Amino acid sequence: MELQDLKFQGIKINYLYVCKRKLWLFSKNITFENQSDKVLLGKVLHEYSYPKEDAKEVLIDNLIMIDILSDGAVREVKYSSRMKEADIMQVMYYLYYLKQKGIEKQGIINYPKERRKEILELTPEYEQKVKQALSEIEKITSQVTPPPATKQKICKSCAYFEFCWG
Amino acid sequence: MQKTLYITSNGRLRRKDNTLYFETETEKRSIDIENIEQIHIFGEVDLNTKALNYISQYGIILHFYNYYGFYAGSFMPRKKNVSGDVVVRQALHYLDREKRIFLAYCFVESAVYHMMRNLRERKEAEAFLNAIEDEWENGRFNISSISELMGLEGRVRNIYYSSFNQFLPEDFYMEKREKRPPTNPINALISFGNSLIYSTVLTEIYHTQLDPSISFLHEPSEKRFSLSLDISEIFKPLVVDSVIFKLLNNRQITLEHFDEDLNYCYLNQEGRRIFINELRNKLETTVRHRQLNRNVSYKGYIRLECYKLIKHFIGDQVYSPLKAWW
Ligand code: SF4
Repeated sequence: MELQDLKFQGIKINYLYVCKRKLWLFSKNITFENQSDKVLLGKVLHEYSYPKEDAKEVLIDNLIMIDILSDGAVREVKYSSRMKEADIMQVMYYLYYLKQKGIEKQGIINYPKERRKEILELTPEYEQKVKQALSEIEKITSQVTPPPATKQKICKSCAYFEFCWG
Repeated sequence: MQKTLYITSNGRLRRKDNTLYFETETEKRSIDIENIEQIHIFGEVDLNTKALNYISQYGIILHFYNYYGFYAGSFMPRKKNVSGDVVVRQALHYLDREKRIFLAYCFVESAVYHMMRNLRERKEAEAFLNAIEDEWENGRFNISSISELMGLEGRVRNIYYSSFNQFLPEDFYMEKREKRPPTNPINALISFGNSLIYSTVLTEIYHTQLDPSISFLHEPSEKRFSLSLDISEIFKPLVVDSVIFKLLNNRQITLEHFDEDLNYCYLNQEGRRIFINELRNKLETTVRHRQLNRNVSYKGYIRLECYKLIKHFIGDQVYSPLKAWW
């Protein structure tokens, strides 16, 4: 798998837990430039939170940053811990992916705004969960029409808000 | 909100270091490139590839107009958000006769709705309003082809335009609607406004996954970006015509603002400035959107129309065109 795919699959895993409709739309390349402050904040947060650490950073999209740190951990920096399960699964997916390549690593999710971090280990249970998630993604994205919009809290800050509800 | 810049004077667009400037003989003004979405260029403006490349990095669209204010064409930077899926399905709606007529009908329905809305408040136009209603109600259920639909739309539009004489100042009497070239001041205003709306709609389409060349009411061969013509139908009466009524009835635009040498068929520079200013205000005016529970500008409503079309194409939600409820 190429880096590009890795990154897209990671976002898809994340979206699977956030909103299945968002996942479907994203998989069809229906995306909108998000000019909201949140994206900007995410960028700024990342740039200023860990200036010194020596990390090889991989930009996933404007929201998600995967860092392969030199000490052997995969790190994600998140804006808030609201989407915790989605974030964890995303990192688990990266760990799973790396494991397929024979690289075993730990995962770290940083929530700099909340001054918290989460250390993650790829357990067999999670490995199973990742596999399930991947097959569910396959199922959802091969549907001809998108899952209908359902109002949830995150809609208000979602880049698709006007698309779904306008 | 991303801004629209209108350049009405002559000069040069120049990139110097990491700033874009517009320079005229007398002044030099920097342009806040990060917050600009599109630039409409009316003046005689020079620019080189250095400036153009810089502009396209920011995804800014340039719309050019000729000496008479007619739309000449647009420079659109390479598109980022392309979805093969959406384009294929958009094409399917064009190829399927029923599906195509459905969409074409929607555009006309909304256009007629907004025309009637414009006349509703005007006592002088009551008879015309009734005539439009008759024509439309009698015709709209018997449409079996695009050309019939076009014919019906044409008849409605003729009644609509002829009503203008009842409530616009006498100087702006109109025999009939003439497109190119316009032969009198009111035609000049309509043409000018319509081309501004066309390019504004084009910008909104550009920011979505829609293909601007696949259209439904107009033939895709008619103009390169004929989907923009389709969507413009909705906004011409809603935005352009109400701007014209306001400018004329408040005497903000009079015959002085037309080129006398050219038989009053073209706005002069001052006239264009006034018009553009009012149109800009209109496009930025916001109205509460009931589902979104947010204020949305008229320009924003154009974008929402594009979204609704995408949702229609991907089988998410049947398209229902805007009918201004306010
Ligand atoms: S706006 Fe709500 S329903 Fe639509 S994609 Fe975003 S989260 Fe899902």
